[in-house]
Amino acid sequence: MERPLSTSSGRRFGKRDALRIALPFGLLAAAIAAWELYVRAAGVPAYILPAPSLIARTIVSDWPVLSASLLVTLRTTLLGLVLALVGGVMLAVLFSLSRLVEYSLYPFMVALQVTPVIAIAPLLLIYLPQDTAVLACAWIVAFFPILSNTMLGLQSVDRGLIDLFALYGASPSEGPAARLRSHLRVLWHLRRPAALPAFLAGLRIAVGLSLIGAVVAEMAAGSAGAGSGLAYRIIESQYRLNIPRLFAALILLAITGIVLFGAVAAITHVLLRRWHESALAPTR
Amino acid sequence: MTLPPTAILALHRVEKCYENGVQALSNFDLTVFGNEFLTLLGPSGCGKSTVLRLIAGLSEPTRGAVAWAGASQVDHRHEIGFVFQEPTLMPWANVADNVWLPLRLRGLSRREASRQIAESLSRVGLEAFAAAYPRELSGGMKMRVSIARALVMRPRLLLMDEPFGALDEITRFRLNDDLLRLKADLGCTVVFVTHSVFESVSLSDRVVVMSPRPGSVIAELKVDAPDRRGEDFRVSSRYGELCRAVSKVLSEAMADKEA
Repeated sequence: MERPLSTSSGRRFGKRDALRIALPFGLLAAAIAAWELYVRAAGVPAYILPAPSLIARTIVSDWPVLSASLLVTLRTTLLGLVLALVGGVMLAVLFSLSRLVEYSLYPFMVALQVTPVIAIAPLLLIYLPQDTAVLACAWIVAFFPILSNTMLGLQSVDRGLIDLFALYGASPSEGPAARLRSHLRVLWHLRRPAALPAFLAGLRIAVGLSLIGAVVAEMAAGSAGAGSGLAYRIIESQYRLNIPRLFAALILLAITGIVLFGAVAAITHVLLRRWHESALAPTR
Repeated sequence: MTLPPTAILALHRVEKCYENGVQALSNFDLTVFGNEFLTLLGPSGCGKSTVLRLIAGLSEPTRGAVAWAGASQVDHRHEIGFVFQEPTLMPWANVADNVWLPLRLRGLSRREASRQIAESLSRVGLEAFAAAYPRELSGGMKMRVSIARALVMRPRLLLMDEPFGALDEITRFRLNDDLLRLKADLGCTVVFVTHSVFESVSLSDRVVVMSPRPGSVIAELKVDAPDRRGEDFRVSSRYGELCRAVSKVLSEAMADKEA
């Protein structure tokens, strides 16, 4: 009997993982310490560069305002992402079932993606209610990576497995209903799991882009004097020269992006850890 | 089309042209008899795999016909097990779920299929690896899973498309021996594709030699050797003689075609 390559069902937390966490945190701590020291030693005024300690105090003292804005931005980001996810996956499935639909619609999807969202936002704000326009911006930028990656995944199926499905899943009748049933069976049992890694890679890109889309739209809306998301707080703080609050809002945005990215990375790990190379231990 | 009494299927004057203009087969005639181990031997690209795809119904002949014994309207695909060049396993499914696939597509639940899955894994010696994932297995073990999947439906006809081509010599010999044992146990017919003279002699009752593309049958040899073959047979003088004979036919056929 030949020997198996490995029988482990996943990998344990090891030195390499500890290093992966310790290194960026150590670097961040060193940078913050250097920043604090420089501001104190050089006596830099807070309206030019606030010290990290002042920014932390501002986050605490302005938390009622900042947390409300954070919730608005988070809601837009997540709603935009969910809509992008549903729309992107549904359209990718439709494209995989019909070439005609793909050829008809895909160029428009590409056009929507390559037009900068910052240029579309003012138009959307004219034609749509402000909340809807902001949401539409988040959706536009998050939608395409999910669509294109899911399409790629659905098409990247081993030809041999397609043949096996044709052989073992063959229906005695060859009518349109039987063909559709056969397509749906291949879609569910074969293309869906095969597309999972590419879909999750698209989701990882989309989650960051959804936040960027929400922020861009909030900034466009904010300049018109409305909105209460974190981007609006940044612009408001800039006008009032409240630089510590500007930094505080910026840090909350960065933390939001990191947490969302981390959540998608964790979901990816759980779903792929047993079988996909991307979720296995790095070799270098 | 009338088939000989013990034949299970026949390909009659088959031609196959692909959409890109490549003609894979020309005037191809072949009869497969029940319970035999038939090997298609020929150079790469001569249309051996195309023959298997035509038998399996995965492709249609451009001209000619594939005829089965019995009623012509019956769908024979459920009687076929297919093993490809690559193991073609679903990487997201464990070994047992991979073997379950043909039964699942026929509507059997995992519970209903459990006995057949266990039996099939046991036949290939992988009962202890039912929960393992393909990435955790060696090349030979993956191929065993692929064979177990093909056998789980207890097929009447097993089609094997150069299944051991990518394996090392030791694993290949071991799998050759296991395949002969499985064939004897299950009593099925095997159509095996290879470009190895040695493998064709090790396994077959009959070797069909094909010409370079467009493939056609240029010679047939009966392998007069015991059913139970193993290491003893592979080191015997009889094995050497048979290999020389098959090799000579193949070389002559190639020379004729090139001339």
